[in-house]
Parts: sequence; structure tokens; C-alpha cells
Amino acid sequence: MQDFTQAFVLAFELVFSGDADLIEIIVLSLRVSLTAMVVACVLGLPLGAILAITRFPGRGPALVVLNALMGLPPVVVGLIVYLHLSRAGPMGSFGLLYTPTAMIIAQVILIMPIIAALSRQVLEDLNNEYAEQFRSLSVPRHAAIQALIWDARFSLMTVALAGFGRAIAEVGAVIIVGGNIDHLTRVMTTAIALETSKGDLPLALALGLVLLTIAFAVNAAVMSLRLTTGRYANV
Amino acid sequence: MKSATPLLAAAALMAILSTSPIAAEQSILLQSTTSTKNSGFYDHILPLFKAETGITVHVVAVGSGQAIKNARNCDADVLLVHAKADEENFVAKGFGVKRHRLMYNDFIIVGPAADPAKINTLKDAPAALIRIAQTKTLFVSRGDTSGTHKKEQTLWRSAGINVIAASGKWYRETGSGMGATLNAAVAMGAYALTDRATWIAFKNKQGFNIHVEGDKALLNQYGIILVNKARCPTTKTNAGQRFIDWLTSPTGQAAIQGFRRNGQQLFFPNAAKN
Amino acid sequence: MSEPGRSSLLPLHTKGLTLDYDGARYINAIDLTLQTEKLTVVMGPNGAGKSLLLRLLHGLIPPTMGQVCWNNIPMSDAIRQRQAMVFQRPVLLRRSVAANIDFVLGIKGEAKRDRRDEILDNVGLLDFARQPARSLSVGEQQRLALARALATEPEVLFLDEPTASLDPASVLAIEQIVTRAHQNGTRIIFVTHELGQARRLADEVVFLHRGQLTEHSSASTFFNDPTSEAAKAYLEGRILL
Repeated sequence: MQDFTQAFVLAFELVFSGDADLIEIIVLSLRVSLTAMVVACVLGLPLGAILAITRFPGRGPALVVLNALMGLPPVVVGLIVYLHLSRAGPMGSFGLLYTPTAMIIAQVILIMPIIAALSRQVLEDLNNEYAEQFRSLSVPRHAAIQALIWDARFSLMTVALAGFGRAIAEVGAVIIVGGNIDHLTRVMTTAIALETSKGDLPLALALGLVLLTIAFAVNAAVMSLRLTTGRYANV
Repeated sequence: MKSATPLLAAAALMAILSTSPIAAEQSILLQSTTSTKNSGFYDHILPLFKAETGITVHVVAVGSGQAIKNARNCDADVLLVHAKADEENFVAKGFGVKRHRLMYNDFIIVGPAADPAKINTLKDAPAALIRIAQTKTLFVSRGDTSGTHKKEQTLWRSAGINVIAASGKWYRETGSGMGATLNAAVAMGAYALTDRATWIAFKNKQGFNIHVEGDKALLNQYGIILVNKARCPTTKTNAGQRFIDWLTSPTGQAAIQGFRRNGQQLFFPNAAKN
Repeated sequence: MSEPGRSSLLPLHTKGLTLDYDGARYINAIDLTLQTEKLTVVMGPNGAGKSLLLRLLHGLIPPTMGQVCWNNIPMSDAIRQRQAMVFQRPVLLRRSVAANIDFVLGIKGEAKRDRRDEILDNVGLLDFARQPARSLSVGEQQRLALARALATEPEVLFLDEPTASLDPASVLAIEQIVTRAHQNGTRIIFVTHELGQARRLADEVVFLHRGQLTEHSSASTFFNDPTSEAAKAYLEGRILL
């Protein structure tokens, strides 16, 4: 229990001392995971919308596969991305391994299915309400997708946050493709893994508390955005 | 106006995120071991090297086996590990230019203060292992083809004990790095083989002690190798060679000599003069 | 409101129009002809198939058998674009009142600001333009849905019991807007099961009973001298099974 007390004190000190290394790690964590979230949304939302409003043979199995991919093990994703980005791999010539870009790619693969599957559910529910009216108004499909995504934007923010939460919390993929290189690819989770392996459990725990605080801050920011601009969605 | 707010926020976010902080400075990629990294060795050495040459060294710390594998995939410019036979094999196969002896320290057997297998009085490592096996006392192994794991396997072989048969019983393989394995040993009250540098820097000791040390069989030799440009055309040969030259030079060797944790020297330079 | 040089959508002909679902027949071989310029009210007891007939005429669902022809041309997406429909429960976008109108004006690619204000003014909702559409009362929401439908300048407007759950003032407001649209040349096809409303609005009545067309006559004929047993029973408030 003494470790916990020590961890809280340490976490406090870390945050308020403005430690440059810690800030660098936090900024990189946010940069990687927020970028991954944005890219995953750009790819995943339209995919979710298409699955929500179209009916085609094999749609059922496609949904099962998509839902199953929500449980992709990060280590497997990391390994697959590593094998592609390694100099000896098919995309090795881009020199992306052990860069933040590689970490973003891995996280996009990890959370894109989450965003597509959850947004599919949200958009399908809304589409059930809108579909007949849209057909009556002869709304073109692309305009219907845009309208659904826009009108469901506050629910979809929660979906995006679910993806972001998974991205910023995972360690298995980024430690393989990022390499946990100091001042280059070290993020919160890999730093926690490193301190744990050094046996510095209070510091690891303190970093965990900082990570938790960041996740809390991001969620609070989105929630306040929702409260200030979200009244259209609540009625 | 209101409906535009989230869009603007998203656009601003994208603008912030798209700026890359990685400057195009000269850098090399070093594949190395968890023991060197976790002990803080690179935090001491690399700033000195950078001050002198302007070259940034990016370190990926994994087990020696994994490090060698990554280097074979050309995902490294320089390799710094402790698995002599594998290193020589790496050079013989043409992946590395030349193996340089760099520094050494030693392996130790650590365990709970109560010393349940009573190995504290032994100076001979294989003899200690035999006693652990006979008493079926818990022993935690890396189990990850790292340099430490290979050394441990060699020691079991010279003790004449087949630990594979005991795997999952008193012999437990974590398949993890040195730190994770030590955490596991501490949590289980088990013995473990570790390099001294990791042990000195390790903070979660919880009353564990060194029980066996000083046996010649426990020598831990580190080597450094430049990845061969003939096999891996992207290798930064010049910067990589400068790193090797510097570490094996009197300046670099003195820097290794000067690295201390808790007042103790962790690595002993022994680069061969060419 | 058909433009010069563009042929009218009317008359409407249906031939053997039939809709089956899950083995049951909901619309049974309806042959119907609707001419220009009338205000047609579709009547019938609950479950008679009024709403389904409207959806078939508007092309929202395909018939199992038979055909819908507008001015001798089979129903198509192009024809539906010249029509609009107001549903029993208004389906409004989760946006402001103004944005709901902009949404359809955008589709038509018009310079829209003045036009939108004019449309909202027309249904008495201009003061609410900035409010979230779903914060309006149900009556106001239905007026907005009606305004949005009219904003597309339809040649034919379908209304599916639009006042079913509204207070009298709202009912009156809706009826006034519909009557004005009719006077401006929009062909109205209005479903209701309310006799008073039918009497107030109808030029002619189409009466359905259990998926069949049992009577199609002028309003005065229908209300004073109905021919079918089902219509007589309905007008007298008897239940006919």
C-alpha cells in the first residue's frame, strides 16, 4: 500500500514540476493517439455509414468480422505492422519503422474497426428514422451519409473517444513498431512498461495516474463541447 | 456559428497534429539489450557521444536474440548485445562487418534473503543450480533467447540438468525482459539469473540478495557490431562506425568506466586494441 | 406548379396495384385514376391500407403486382423528385429550424437565405428559425415538416394523417397551409380517417376498405349518397368487419 501513496505523491510532483521529458512523452502520446483517432474516423465513419445504410449479400458475415476485429490483440497488430515496415519487409523502403508514423499506423489498424462497428450501430439506428423521409426527398446517398454523420455527431464523438481510449492505453503494438526510443517514440504506456521493468513500481504507477488524468481531461473536454453545442442532439 | 465550432476544433487539431517535431538530424539506430538500457547506461553514454559528434543514437532495447533478429531485417545500423556465439554467427553470415569486444560485467544468481536452497555459501554457479534443482526450489528464467537466457541454458547444461522437464513446475519461464523476470522472481520468492547492471539499477528488490557471484563461468561479455552495408544498403555506415570507434577509443572506454549507479561501477571496458 | 414546356405528372393511373407482405395481402388490385386540380382525400378505417397506398403512389415501396403511372410514365426516381410527402410523425433533422429548410434547398441548389425566410414566414415559424427543430411543439414540428416538403416545390404533395395527434389550433394551421398550396396549383393527396377534416378539405374522396378501393367519387356524392356498403357503414359510425 505504501507504493500507492508514494505513487500519488510522485504523480503530483511529476505533473507540477513540468518535467520536460514527461511533457515530451505526454505530447507524443497525444499526438500519436489523436492523429490515429482522426485518421481512423476519416476511414471508419464512412465505412460504418455505408454498412449502416446499404444491404448487400454477405453483409451479415461482414458485420460479424468487423465486430470481431474490435478485439484485435495489439501485439498481433504490432507484429503485422512491424513485418510490413521492417527494412526487410514490403514497405521497408519508406523507413517508417521506429517512427511516430509507424505507431499511428498500428493504432489506426487497432481502432478503425472499433469506430466503424460502433458508428455503424449508431448510424443504423438514426437511418431507421430518417430513411423513408430521405427517400421521399430523393436525398442522394453521399448526402444521406453526410447528414447521418452530422446529425449523429455527438454520439459519434463518444465512439471516437472509445477509439482514442483504446489507442492511448495500448502498449503492445506501439512498443513493437515504435521501439520505445527515448525522445523519439517513447509514449506514456511504453514509459510505464520501461519503469516497471526497471522495478521502479511507484514511478510506473505515477505515470499511470498521469495517463489516467490525460484520458480524463480529453473526455471532459469533449463532454463540455457536447454540453455547449450539443443541445440540437438532445431533443 | 455554433454548428461550425466542432469543425474548426477538428481543423485546428489536424493543424497541430500534422507538424512533425522530428528534425532531420544525423542519427543512427542501435539494437541493444534491456540490461544496458534499464541500467541507465545509455543515458550516461549517449549525451557524451552526441556532444562530441552531433550524432543522435536511437536505442531499441529488446532481448539479444530479438535484437539480432531485428538487425538481420536491416532494422539497425549498429548492434550491441551479449551473446558471443550468436554475434560471431551474425558476422560469419555476412550481416555484420566485424565484432568488437566492448565491455563486460558479470551475471549473478539472486534470490530471497532466506535462501531456501542454501546456495549462499557456494562459489560455483553450476553447483548452486544443482542444489536448486535437487530441492525443487522455484527458479524463474527469461525464456526469451536473450543473452542472459542463453548464458543460463549453458550453465544448466554444464550442471547436467534438463530443466525443460521441470518447466511449469519449479522452473518457470516468463518469456519476458530482465526487469519483468526479476519482478516475477520477487513476487514468487524464486531464484533468478541476472546481469549485475540490471540488478544494481533494479528498484523492486524487496529484500532479495545476491547469493552466487564471482564464478568465471558467470562472465558477461558485450560486443558491438556494425551492420553490413552489403546486406543492408540503408545502413548508415559512417555514423555507425564512428559510434563504434568512439566507444572502443580511450575516451569511450573511460566513459564506460565512469558510469556508476549507487556508487558502483556497472560495466568494465575491455575493448581489444586493434 | 409544373413549369411551361414540362408535361404534367397528372393524370395518375394505377392498374391492378397489389401489395403482399409475409403472405398477407394489404393492397388488393387497385385501379385508380386521379385527374388534375382536385384535392383528393383518401379515407377508410384503420388498417384499410391508406398509408401503404400513399407510399406506393410516391414510390417509397415497390408494388408486388400492378403499376403506378404518372401521365402514362411508370413511377421512377425522376418522378418522385417532383413530389413530396409529409408523414404522420414529423421526421426532422437534429438541427435548427432554419437548417431543416436549408437541407432541402441545398439539394435543389438555390440561393437560399431569403427563400428560406419566406418559407418559414409562410408557416409562421420565422421567429423560431434558430431554435433546435426538435424543441418545437408537435404542431410546430409538423408545420416545419410541411414547410420543408413545400420548399421542394412539389407538383404532387402527399400527406399521411399529418394532424392525427394535434390540437385543434395546429390542425387548423396545417389545413390552411395545405389549402393555400392547393390554390397555388399543388396537387394534394391527403390521407385522413377524420370525417370533419375530410368534409372541410375534400374535392373528391377515395375510400379504401381492407385493401380494396370501394368508392371513388366527388365529395358531395360521397358524403350524401355513398354507394358502397363499407362507406355507408363508416359514415354512420358502424363497425363493419
